[in-house]
Amino acid sequence: MKYLHEFRDPTLVAQLLHQIRQQTTRPWTLMEVCGGQTHSILRHGIDTLLPSEIRLIHGPGCPVCVTPVQLIDQALHLAAMPNVTLCTFGDMLRVPGSDADLFTLRANGADVRMVYSPLDALNLARRNPQREVVFFGVGFETTAPATALAVQLAARERRSNFSLLASHVLVPPALEALLQAPGCQVQAFLAAGHVCSVMGTTEYDAIAARNGVPIVVTGFEPVDLLEGIRRAVGQLEAGQARVENAYPRAVTNDGNPHAKAVLAEVFEVTDRPWRGIGLIPASGWQLRPKYHAFDAARKYPLGDISSREHPLCRSGEVLQGKLRPSDCPAFGRLCNPRSPLGATMVSSEGACAAYYHAGRFGQVHPNGESR
Amino acid sequence: MCLGVPGKVVTCYDDHGVRMGKVDFAGVVKEVCLEYVPELQVGDYAIVHVGFAIQRLDEAAAQATLDTLRSLGMLDAIDSSAEAEVSDEISPRIS
Repeated sequence: MKYLHEFRDPTLVAQLLHQIRQQTTRPWTLMEVCGGQTHSILRHGIDTLLPSEIRLIHGPGCPVCVTPVQLIDQALHLAAMPNVTLCTFGDMLRVPGSDADLFTLRANGADVRMVYSPLDALNLARRNPQREVVFFGVGFETTAPATALAVQLAARERRSNFSLLASHVLVPPALEALLQAPGCQVQAFLAAGHVCSVMGTTEYDAIAARNGVPIVVTGFEPVDLLEGIRRAVGQLEAGQARVENAYPRAVTNDGNPHAKAVLAEVFEVTDRPWRGIGLIPASGWQLRPKYHAFDAARKYPLGDISSREHPLCRSGEVLQGKLRPSDCPAFGRLCNPRSPLGATMVSSEGACAAYYHAGRFGQVHPNGESR
Repeated sequence: MCLGVPGKVVTCYDDHGVRMGKVDFAGVVKEVCLEYVPELQVGDYAIVHVGFAIQRLDEAAAQATLDTLRSLGMLDAIDSSAEAEVSDEISPRIS
């Protein structure tokens, strides 16, 4: 496939690894922000190829993982209503709520649909005017424009049987929260390439300057990831802390102006709780008042749902890069993708699932250090 | 969730007043919303996420990245032992 294979070229991978080895003189800890990057790193074994001085820790960039359990419970509550068709992305179906997941509810007869795009949910509402279609929209800045357009179109069509349960969150406030948390070990970030495809790179300049951390916008293929690591380590070794774009084929400084315009028209920024992390100020999006008619949380009574996490799940520490998935006592034993305790073991972007699928059950690096 | 896949635009059309298109992902053709990248034409590559084109894939930038990386490699020739070490390490390691 064009523009994938070129960035998996083993010769370039070998060259980049050689350059990284040559420039590394001290230990450095880098965090890749996006769960897609985490999976690519584990799948290709990139962490095992790096010099032992370089440690990669995995960030909170898995929207399914950071969606609060209370919102999952609200989705479950909506899906159980007899006139509701609940639509969401496939990853959400197996995320455990307090007592069940959406898959289980579907098996018991609820109308739960897995959709590829928010527009699929809108099309369901168009074709089934007698049904109340609720789209459970999760995702970072990459995904939110798709949800925003579906809401905007529904409003334009005055489609009263379509609404949104929104769990859209923002990356930059989460990076600030991680950096300010006690015991933060992150010395540089590999920023999430496709988030920056939409939002651009400029909002990261202040974070890099204020916190003295290099931020390198990075893609997802092995060559992209190694180039991001090479540039981040280059900055660390040189004592620099600025934003670099190592993914220019998909990211411009200003991002996507059309997507940003619709986002700003439909959503406003709000405080959001992140599952496992807690409340992060100004880290999420909610519908603006003119779209409140399309807000499922206002349209349906969802008030008194009490939620609880599984007591053994330590995904909060995993999401903050404080615990390696394979170091969790439940990993691979009580918790696995078929019966997950938390969302990080479910999602195709969750760090626990990445470790499980890559067979990393507490492996030992050739230099003796557990990786 | 932020998975974005490059695909080639095959057709463009209008649906409910929204610019849509068919995009070819190495043989799998899917319907994609092109509303956010209106400059996309048939034959262009786009990064597609949840059924939406989010950016035109800048082919010149892709080539420039590859050219730069290859030239860095030329300047910084690798000895054969380093290559042998890497090719060993690429084999899957499952403990």
